[in-house]
Amino acid sequence: MIPVRLVDQARPEIGFSVDGQAVTARQGDTLLAAILAAGLGRVRTSEFGDGPRAGFCWMGACQDCWLVVEGLGARRACSTLAEPGMKVIRR
Amino acid sequence: MKADVLIIGGGGAGVSAALHLAKRGTRVVLLERGLIGGQASGVNHGGVRQQGRHPAEIPLAIRSRRLWSNIQELCGADVEFDPCGHLKLARNAEQEADLLRWNEMAKGYGLETTMFGRNAIRADYPYFGEAVIAGSLLADDGSANPRLLAPALARMARAAGATLLENHKVEAIEAGFRVLANGQEFTAPILLNTAGFWGGAIAAQFGEPVPVEALNPNMLVTEPLPFFCPVNVGVVGGDVYLRQISRGNVIFGGGRGESDPSLPRSRPLPEPGFLAMQKAVEIIPRLEGALIIRSWTGIDGGMPDALPVMGWSRTTPGLLHAFGFSGHGFMLGPAVGEILSELVLDGRTDIPLEAFDIARFNGQDGPEPDVWKTRLE
Amino acid sequence: MSVVVVGAGPAGVRAVERLVEAGIRPIWIEESPDGGGRVFQKPPPGFSRDAKALYGADASRAAAIHATVARLRAQVDWRPGTLVWNLRPGPRLLNTQGPDGTKAEVAYDRVILCTGAMDRALPIPGWTKPGVTGLGAAQIALKAQGLAIGRQVALCGTGPLLLLLAWQLTKAGAPPALVLESAGWARTLRAAPGLAWNPVGALRGLAWRAALRRRGVRIRTGALPLRVEGTDKVEALVWRDARGEHRTEVDGVAIGYGLKPETQLADLAGVPFSFDGLQRLWLPERDRAGRTAVPGVYLAGDGASIGGSVVAELAGTRAALAVIEDAGGHVDPLETDMIHRRLWLEARFRAALERAFPYPAEHAAAMPDETLLCRCEAITAGELRGTDAPEVNRGKAFTRIGMGRCQGRVCGPAGAEVLAAARGCDIRDVGRLRGQMPVKPVVMA
Repeated sequence: MIPVRLVDQARPEIGFSVDGQAVTARQGDTLLAAILAAGLGRVRTSEFGDGPRAGFCWMGACQDCWLVVEGLGARRACSTLAEPGMKVIRR
Repeated sequence: MKADVLIIGGGGAGVSAALHLAKRGTRVVLLERGLIGGQASGVNHGGVRQQGRHPAEIPLAIRSRRLWSNIQELCGADVEFDPCGHLKLARNAEQEADLLRWNEMAKGYGLETTMFGRNAIRADYPYFGEAVIAGSLLADDGSANPRLLAPALARMARAAGATLLENHKVEAIEAGFRVLANGQEFTAPILLNTAGFWGGAIAAQFGEPVPVEALNPNMLVTEPLPFFCPVNVGVVGGDVYLRQISRGNVIFGGGRGESDPSLPRSRPLPEPGFLAMQKAVEIIPRLEGALIIRSWTGIDGGMPDALPVMGWSRTTPGLLHAFGFSGHGFMLGPAVGEILSELVLDGRTDIPLEAFDIARFNGQDGPEPDVWKTRLE
Repeated sequence: MSVVVVGAGPAGVRAVERLVEAGIRPIWIEESPDGGGRVFQKPPPGFSRDAKALYGADASRAAAIHATVARLRAQVDWRPGTLVWNLRPGPRLLNTQGPDGTKAEVAYDRVILCTGAMDRALPIPGWTKPGVTGLGAAQIALKAQGLAIGRQVALCGTGPLLLLLAWQLTKAGAPPALVLESAGWARTLRAAPGLAWNPVGALRGLAWRAALRRRGVRIRTGALPLRVEGTDKVEALVWRDARGEHRTEVDGVAIGYGLKPETQLADLAGVPFSFDGLQRLWLPERDRAGRTAVPGVYLAGDGASIGGSVVAELAGTRAALAVIEDAGGHVDPLETDMIHRRLWLEARFRAALERAFPYPAEHAAAMPDETLLCRCEAITAGELRGTDAPEVNRGKAFTRIGMGRCQGRVCGPAGAEVLAAARGCDIRDVGRLRGQMPVKPVVMA
């Protein structure tokens, strides 16, 4: 799944990292949008063998997009904006 | 409905008694006010632990642990029993001395422990923080899933011919015994009181009140974390205890929640939860920042000396008590049920029960319990 | 008097507005960084689309809500980014977690819970793959992030949101590849007289449908998704309608069959629940003013019962009036009468909508054994069916369904359908999952 940016593509680019890999996003992207739009395909992996996950509800309810941001700790990708220089660790 | 033995209370002890009695051909009816294993037996920490027990409980715990080796066969199901060891931690010199004293005492009962000092413990268990200065491992202790045990025993009891009735709240009891529940009458010459906290009310009705209080263990669980902690962890003082299940969740507890046993309803509380979190992070610093996803409690019967009431009534022939396990009865339940079946059918058991005598609370002058020893022929 | 309002969607905004007018300075707690709720969620700073583009026909209402939030923030104790994770009705306390993880305790004399709603899921095999989202989720992706969830997207659901989203995506230049409406035409027509209680709302639905057809969007009625295929991502959706089984290659699937109230705090408060046969959900009981049986606890908006944003605004105002009245303040009976009349009218329309676009309960009940019913714990429908659990909390105890991070808020209703069918009993008889703190994960510190 790669979401398609439909509007507001002129927002300034920002850079952050996911598992050490450099990712470019747009200012105002949530981590969920940024990670998926960058083609990374998942924000976490099911602990119980069900493979990659990328959330479901996009509104902080389903709890299926938790990841770790260095210095901030556990965060929901859908409710956390990507910030320049963020270091994201997927689990 | 007529039976040989009536059991009030469908926790681990009650359903195990039903199973063991039914296996030996006894007509058993068990009445449970809610669902089988719905209170203390189903909501506890799941420790299968001999370590740290009062000397009076050790023979019972040892017999229980033997029984746990065949628990899958007894339950006819996997109840996630894992003999992973129980490591009890000391956080200061005084606590370390406590561990050594207990180990010395337990050796007399044949229980072997391994002591780890300040350096050794971090070599073997690198995840412990600086707060931990020593630990004592009882290697064949372990844990199981409390949500599964009593219902599994209940299935086996039913298969063995016992009648287990859920949502049957007892409305009246008369000596003899006649019990009214859900508008239906049940009679039997023997009555087993395995009603946990509510066992106190039954005892009181037969003239032997005991100072039982509702004990609500405050339990929390984290999200699944990468597996790191293969051993059950306790501390001297018991203010926090934790274990990581193979799925990764760390289950821990400490302090008490609140309850209204008349409803019955119980709920965990935030403050003891915060305290347990703090203490858990002190002994295992890597837990900091983990997510707490759930909490729970239930209602157990707590006695002032933290020992159960177990044995024949001092006032009423045919009444046999086993309640008030004070937050550490989960692992004992299966064996307690077996012992109750022996008391009923054989008139004896090989486990000393004197310390659990109900008479310790009301100093009755009544006859020795043996007088009431009733054998079903 | 300490008054707390939880939630800053349409219900919370109108409640706070009314409290402030009455001279009360409530504590206003909202989990997201800003007000508006999910329905009027604002994009983060940097996005340029105006209200008209974002909210269509509701643009003026959205703008009014946003303006009201902006105006009220200075007049209340505004606590955004803050989760209420526990409520204790005895001592009347809320437990919160702030944006930096700080825990706090908030005392209330009266609290209005405006906790909103989420997508009601229909688990199908493959629904946990990246690329499958809720229907509301796909709308938020568009509204707040300017995204389509894929290049070729299938929308599966029922009711107004389905066609609205299809239309919004189409207008944004990403028409969905496939729209599956579970309700059949016959059912919709039977409910048509009731839909006339809100002719504007009913006509909007018809207009979207016509517009989508003109643009060539493939809409199938009486159609249900069967499974999502693909390895680690969405490759195709298998679905069925009256004509049989079909397979459509897509890279995104959105699934949502109506909404489900976020009732966890009402549950912790001890508010009695009853089963609503029309919504097919357990709902907290309240009077038409939003009062509950629990002293000091009031409910408003979709968090109490799904009614939509218009109802939420009315109910928020009404609950605030109830708080004012119960505290001995003066309330104009003409105003409360007027609100009750409007709520009654809206309820008629809502009932017709529920009849026209019901949750596909039988489809949920019949989900294949291998379906991962519980996303969090990865537990299948077959595992739940395999137990002898008489009700859902037992099912949870035996299988871990609903025991994970989301606490069953996603799989709960579908799980109840599966269990009721397996037991051969009425859905009411399997009960509902009991709530326990924390209602959402909190950080251990």
